[in-house]
Amino acid sequence: MQDFSLLTRAIHDNLSSHLSPTLTQVTEMVIVAVCFLTFFALTGMIMVYVERKVCALFQQRLGPMRVGPWGLAQSFADFIKLLFKEPLMTRQADSFIFNLAPFIIIISSFMAIAVIPFAKGLQALDFDIGIFYVTAVSSIGVVSILLAGWSSSNKYSLIGAIRSGAQVLSYEISIGLSLLTIVMLSGTLQFSTIIQSQANGWWIFKGHLPVIFAFIIYVIAGTAETNRGPFDIAEAESELTAGFHTEYSGIKFSFFFLAEYINMFIISAIAATVFLGGWMPFHMGSWDAFNGIMDFIPPLAWFVLKVGGIMFLMMWFRWTFPRLRIDQLLTLEWKYLMPLSILNVVFTAFIVVSGWHF
Amino acid sequence: MSEVGEYIRDVVTGVKSLLKGMKVTGHYISHPSEIVTQQYPENRETLQMFDRFRGEVVLLHDENNEHKCTGCSACEIACPNGTIRIVSNQIVNEAGKKQKIIDTFVYNLAMCTFCNLCIKACPTDAIVMAQNFEHATFERTELVKILNRPGSKIMEGVEEKSTD
Repeated sequence: MQDFSLLTRAIHDNLSSHLSPTLTQVTEMVIVAVCFLTFFALTGMIMVYVERKVCALFQQRLGPMRVGPWGLAQSFADFIKLLFKEPLMTRQADSFIFNLAPFIIIISSFMAIAVIPFAKGLQALDFDIGIFYVTAVSSIGVVSILLAGWSSSNKYSLIGAIRSGAQVLSYEISIGLSLLTIVMLSGTLQFSTIIQSQANGWWIFKGHLPVIFAFIIYVIAGTAETNRGPFDIAEAESELTAGFHTEYSGIKFSFFFLAEYINMFIISAIAATVFLGGWMPFHMGSWDAFNGIMDFIPPLAWFVLKVGGIMFLMMWFRWTFPRLRIDQLLTLEWKYLMPLSILNVVFTAFIVVSGWHF
Repeated sequence: MSEVGEYIRDVVTGVKSLLKGMKVTGHYISHPSEIVTQQYPENRETLQMFDRFRGEVVLLHDENNEHKCTGCSACEIACPNGTIRIVSNQIVNEAGKKQKIIDTFVYNLAMCTFCNLCIKACPTDAIVMAQNFEHATFERTELVKILNRPGSKIMEGVEEKSTD
C-alpha cells in the first residue's frame, strides 16, 4: 500500500509481454478510464450522502435516516430514481447543444482528474506542466454551463449561465495567482515534483505567511469555481429555480449534479496536493517515533484525509454563509481577492529571493 | 491613507463576522445531542409534545366523572368558525332553583383552526387544548366529537364561583 508504482509497473510489464506497444497503450487507457468512471460514480454517491448528513448536522437535523441503517442506501435509491426518470426537453431547445452540454462538463472533470496524484505512483498522467494543465481544463466546465443555459431557451437558465460565466472567469484569476505562489516556492509546475519538494514539510508550514494567505484565497476562489454556496448564484434556488440546469432531468441532470461534486473533489485535491503535501505524511521536526507512526499510515489514507478535510471546510462554508449577490460577488473578486493575491505574489517573490522560507 | 485603512477594516470585519457564523454552525455540528429532529413513529411511546402545542379541544373530567362546564355558550360565541355547538337543558335543582346544564358539547375537529379563543373565553376553565395530534380517521363523521362523557355532571360549586 506504500508504493503503487510497483503495482502499475507489474500491470504494464504483464500487458507489454503479451501485446504490441500500441495495444498496450490502448488497453492501459481503457483500464484507467474504467477506474476513473467507477471512482466518479462511487465518489459522487458517497459525497452526496456525506453532504446531506453534514448539512443536516449543521442545521441540528438528522438528515436521511429511512433508507438503510442511518440512511446509508439513500444515494443508491436516488441514483436508481434518476436513471429511470424521463429525459424531458423544452420544445424550442437547441437539441444538439442541449444534449452535448452535460457531456462537456463531465469530460472537463475527467480530464482534470487525470493529473491528480492519489498516492505514490498512483497518478494517470504526470505532466511537467500539471498545474497549468489542470487550471486550463477545469475551466472548460464553464463552457458546458453556458451552453446548457443558452440551449434551454429558458430565461432562468440563461441568467444562471451568464452569471456563472462571469463568476468562473473572475475567480480563475485568484486561483491561478494563489497557485503561482507555490510554483514560485517549489520552482516547478509538475505535481509529483511539488509533492517531493514537501518531503521535509508541507508548503503551508514551510512557506508560512504568504502560503497561508494563498491557501485562504485558494479555498475562497475554489468554492466560487465549483458554483457552490455562498457563491451558488448560478443556480440560486430562491431566484432562478435551478439556474442553468432548470430544464434538465433524469440522467442528464445527474451529470451536472455529479460534476459539481467531482469538481469539488478536484479543487480540494489540488489544494491538498499543493498546500498540504499531497500524500506526504505529517512530520514533526526530529520526533522520530512520531514520524515513524505517521509513516505507517498509507499515503492514500493521508490524501483522502486531507481532501476530506478541505471538502468539509467547503461544506461548512456552504451551510453557514448567506448567498452573495452578483455585484457583491464580482466586488469580492475584483476589489478584494485579486489585489490581495497580486500583493501576495509580490510578497512571495520577496520571500523566495531573500530565502526566508524553510 | 484613510481609504486604505477603511479597506483593511472592511476585510477584517468581514472575516470576523464570517468566523462568528462558522462558530455557531461549528457548535451545532459538534453537539449532536442538541438535534431537534424526532424519529416519530419509532419514538411514539416516549414522544413529548410542547406545553403550548394545540392538538384538540377537550372537556376536562375528574375521577367522579364531573366537569366544570356550566353551558354558558361563551366558547360557542367566541368560536370564529362555528366549530363548537352546545345543546343545553333547563332543570330544577335540589334548592328549587332553575339551572342550565349541558346536554351535549359538540366539537367539530374538522372545522377547528386551533386558534385557542374558546379556551380563553371559558369563564370556568372547563376546556383545555390537548397534546395529541394523531387525528386521522377513515370517516369524516368521526371528527365530530361529543366532549362531555355519558353520565357526567357539573362539579359542585362551579356555578356559584362563575357568577361572582
